[in-house]
Amino acid sequence: MEALFSSLLGNVDWYEIWLATLDTLLMLGGSLLFTIILGLPLGVLLFLSGPRQLFENGPLYAALSFVVNVLRSLPFIILLIVMIPFTVLITGTSLGVAGAIPPLVVGAAPFFARLVETALREVDRGIIEATQAMGATTRQIIFSALLPEARPGIIAAITVTAITLVSYTAMAGVVGAGGLGDLAIRFGYQRFQTDVMVVTVVLLLVLVQVLQSVGDRLVTHFSRK
Amino acid sequence: MIEFHQVHKTYRTGGRDVPALQPTQLEIASGEVFGLIGHSGAGKSTLLRLINRLEEPSGGRILVNGEDVTALDADGLRRFRQRVGMIFQHFNLLMSKTVADNVAMPLRLAGIRSRSEIDARVAALLDRVGLKDHARKYPAQLSGGQKQRVGIARALATEPSILLCDEATSALDPQTTASVLQLLAEINRELKLTIVLITHEMDVIRRVCDRVAVMDAGAIVEQGPVTEVFLHPKHPTTQRFVLEDEAMDESEMHDDFAHVPGRILRLTFQGDSTYKPLLGTVARETGVDYSILSGRIDRIKDTPYGQLTLALIGGDMAAAMTRLQAADVHVEVLR
Repeated sequence: MEALFSSLLGNVDWYEIWLATLDTLLMLGGSLLFTIILGLPLGVLLFLSGPRQLFENGPLYAALSFVVNVLRSLPFIILLIVMIPFTVLITGTSLGVAGAIPPLVVGAAPFFARLVETALREVDRGIIEATQAMGATTRQIIFSALLPEARPGIIAAITVTAITLVSYTAMAGVVGAGGLGDLAIRFGYQRFQTDVMVVTVVLLLVLVQVLQSVGDRLVTHFSRK
Repeated sequence: MIEFHQVHKTYRTGGRDVPALQPTQLEIASGEVFGLIGHSGAGKSTLLRLINRLEEPSGGRILVNGEDVTALDADGLRRFRQRVGMIFQHFNLLMSKTVADNVAMPLRLAGIRSRSEIDARVAALLDRVGLKDHARKYPAQLSGGQKQRVGIARALATEPSILLCDEATSALDPQTTASVLQLLAEINRELKLTIVLITHEMDVIRRVCDRVAVMDAGAIVEQGPVTEVFLHPKHPTTQRFVLEDEAMDESEMHDDFAHVPGRILRLTFQGDSTYKPLLGTVARETGVDYSILSGRIDRIKDTPYGQLTLALIGGDMAAAMTRLQAADVHVEVLR
């Protein structure tokens, strides 16, 4: 049994796999964190400045929308390369986990911001009106009513964004970011080591499944139905 | 006291000015339950929202207890809103917060930090609206009537002097409506709270309101004490509302009475006269016979009333009429 296992997966260096998995998780965690830090306020701003909203502001909304659309329309693989000088500027390197996080964040934050905007639009206007009628400040409306009410939607948005980031991290291998995707490309594809390819794909699949089911569970929990 | 001085409101949609409220003069006394009735689009919702400036007036002045609400700055407006409770047709509770946290929300927004103070207030409020066992539930686990009770508790949290009710019972079934209205009447009585409510159902007005204004096309077309407006409606819109409430079709009614002989009268009793044995006495004394064609004996808030349509036949008709008119009864000759 063990012989069969090792002959089938002869090229797999489990230590390498472990390191790559760790890199993928680090890239995912780091980029998700910064995506939320940047994307959440951006999404709130998009929502508030949008048509018929609390701070309706046509020019601001148009400008934010334009930036978001431009960033979202760039294929991630192009963004990775275009971003290199900027990445070096803020992290000192364009390689490894640190080098991958800036392009990942720039790629995912606009996407996440749009999802947040949509989640906030789902909040019943009556709830905002009721909160206004209680004499809430705008800050209180955002933090005591809008964000708690949109929480299930925002968690779903984080889940979708995290899964998108998993696939982005795989691409980031192209610019020397490391991680499972990098392993799959360098060994599985370029050296025809199909077994390495299979193992990395299975690991990525497990990661996505775990993210999705944790996200779904949190959404159900916070829906309070 | 809430006063409207030439308040009007115009919306701008698609480059066109749409008047929502014609210049309006209105006074609502402290401690009364004031009803605004009208069909959708009549401007009642706009009028209600002008009071706490969820709608900004296009012109005119609104005074609440002598304070010019229209002149308040953002900060003043927030403090003013904390003294005005509001409940809604669709309750507008936060689904993400428990019943207790929903009720605590206005207190927290008003800057009350003390946990024990908040807990005590919330417990007392939930007790008042009959929901003390539901504090830890989420709104999704409650029935419509219970949700509205949470809404009421929340609106009362900051001990406001005014409660605005936006179609508060329109999403509820008749039985639940009755119990929510009863709660509102109770609150009005015990807390001396001014209640302004809007509705499209005359029955709601009849059950809880002291005075009513009827709105049509952005203007108040008739107003007065509910007994007066309900029993002697003058404007066609008011008459329609009263008939809707009685589920009567006037033309159908007249067809039915076409072959009834004699004189047809409508008698309106109000207050103590409602329960006096007047008809029997008059019939005996003047020898007229009567048959009751239709009628209703009920209450308007706390005032009993009766309204009967009768046919009078034979006897001394003139004496009977004089006798009826002399009694504390309003007589209308229909035919």
